[in-house]
Amino acid sequence: MLGQSAADAVLSGSFPLKRQTVSTIAPTIASASSPSSRPTPSSDTHPVLIDAVHITRRAPLSGKTLLQPVSLQVRGGDKMAVVGPSGAGKSVLLRLLASLDAADGGTLSWRGAPVTRGDILRYRRQVAYLKQRAAMLDGSVEDNLRAPFALQVYRDLRYREDTVLALLHAAGRDASFLHKSASELSGGEAQIAALVRVLQLEPTVLLLDEPTASLDPASAVTVEAMVARWYAEPAQPARAYAWVSHDPAQAARIANRTLQLRAGTVETGEHAA
Amino acid sequence: MNPNYMDLSYGDLALAAALIAINGVLSLWLKLGLERKLLWASVRTVVQLLLVGHILAWVFRFDRWYVVLALMVVMTVIAGLAASKRGNRTYLGMRTDAMASISLSSWLVMGLALFVIIRIRPWYTPQYAIPILGMILGNTLTGVSLGLERMTEELIARREQVDLLLSLGATRWEAARLPAVQAVRAGMIPTLNAMSVVGVVSLPGMMTGQVLAGQSPLQAVRYQIVVMFLIAAASALGTTMAVMATYWRLFSPDHRLRSERLQVRSASQS
Repeated sequence: MLGQSAADAVLSGSFPLKRQTVSTIAPTIASASSPSSRPTPSSDTHPVLIDAVHITRRAPLSGKTLLQPVSLQVRGGDKMAVVGPSGAGKSVLLRLLASLDAADGGTLSWRGAPVTRGDILRYRRQVAYLKQRAAMLDGSVEDNLRAPFALQVYRDLRYREDTVLALLHAAGRDASFLHKSASELSGGEAQIAALVRVLQLEPTVLLLDEPTASLDPASAVTVEAMVARWYAEPAQPARAYAWVSHDPAQAARIANRTLQLRAGTVETGEHAA
Repeated sequence: MNPNYMDLSYGDLALAAALIAINGVLSLWLKLGLERKLLWASVRTVVQLLLVGHILAWVFRFDRWYVVLALMVVMTVIAGLAASKRGNRTYLGMRTDAMASISLSSWLVMGLALFVIIRIRPWYTPQYAIPILGMILGNTLTGVSLGLERMTEELIARREQVDLLLSLGATRWEAARLPAVQAVRAGMIPTLNAMSVVGVVSLPGMMTGQVLAGQSPLQAVRYQIVVMFLIAAASALGTTMAVMATYWRLFSPDHRLRSERLQVRSASQS
């Protein structure tokens, strides 16, 4: 499981695809929206960023299975819609991919190397996670945007107002937004602030858990546009996201792959139990 | 013994106990419905204190290190159990953490007091050892239980923020720092408040007792000063240890919040 390999995950630099074999021994990768079609990630030439093999999760106290073993790969360039009914385990899967909850089985790798305890923080820096209702820290929006730079994992970065203003501009907000109190933001404003907070850090993968589900339509459009803008920026490796959505129209709009979950298992992809 | 000291007889106690009639009349007149509770509380006051008096008298007379030590262990265990009872959140291992932080901090500070500051010989002289440990325990108990209560409450209230910081890549300490700091502060503030008003607003029971017993006020305040610092040190140490223990229990080494370990206390326990 996590933390057992001595190998350091390679979180930057070129792509050593040590575990290329996985895709052949485990054809359990997320399938395309049509069950009959072969899984077609955006491009097989892109490197595998996140490689989850048979990750599973049980409720900590009751032991009830929340997610049956699921295997999937997120490659650079992937725009993955994660769909399925409520309770299917979409959020559970996303939190496992974000390494925020411990898997009860399976392995999670980043660019070919298992994510160990020693590099879990660098993994979380690369793989940003946004939930439906954005959590805000105390203080102003600017305090919130500055907060990550106080963390050890970002000690090589400095807060850049020009970066932030460009992101805000793309969201149709100006500098006055920075001085708003975080506790007084609407749901949409908070989600925009939360998105600026992670996008300024230039993550490689975004895990979005219904980021627009509780937003007004205008904010939802803005959030989609911000993610699209970040995705389109040239980056090495190419960026990717997984987006949980209940809205079929949105899923079709934002995705080039679809992962269908039902009752804690990947429905359209076979998987070894 | 002391010519200025008035011994109290059981008759004197009975006169004082009669004062409870004031409470009883008030309760009847205002229909407070507290008569039974008043009676029960009065009986407990008398019985508990007389019992403790007899036990202490026996321990003082017997004057053996193992008897004093046994009594001190009992006092510590009772304090440890009481500290983990507060608040409506608990976690697996809270009682152990409360017990460990109270006993380690109190005994360390008591050791310093008996061996280094007051230099009692022999160290177990019950006249010193037992009241000093009692005062340290009483205040450390308050600090530890306030610290534990605040830490668990903060982690519930700020759970989203803790989760956010972890998702950004914060270490478990970076994510827990704010709740932990609030909890340690909450545990230390009663002692700090007591220190800043002592002698002005409140006359501590120990000092009052020494004066009543005929000790010179100048000596009594010296003892009180020593005791205040003992209390401050032990409760700061105990609170910090308890909060750190909570932190280690509730955050895993791979920087995750183990929120499932936090439980709402069932009504019967609280």
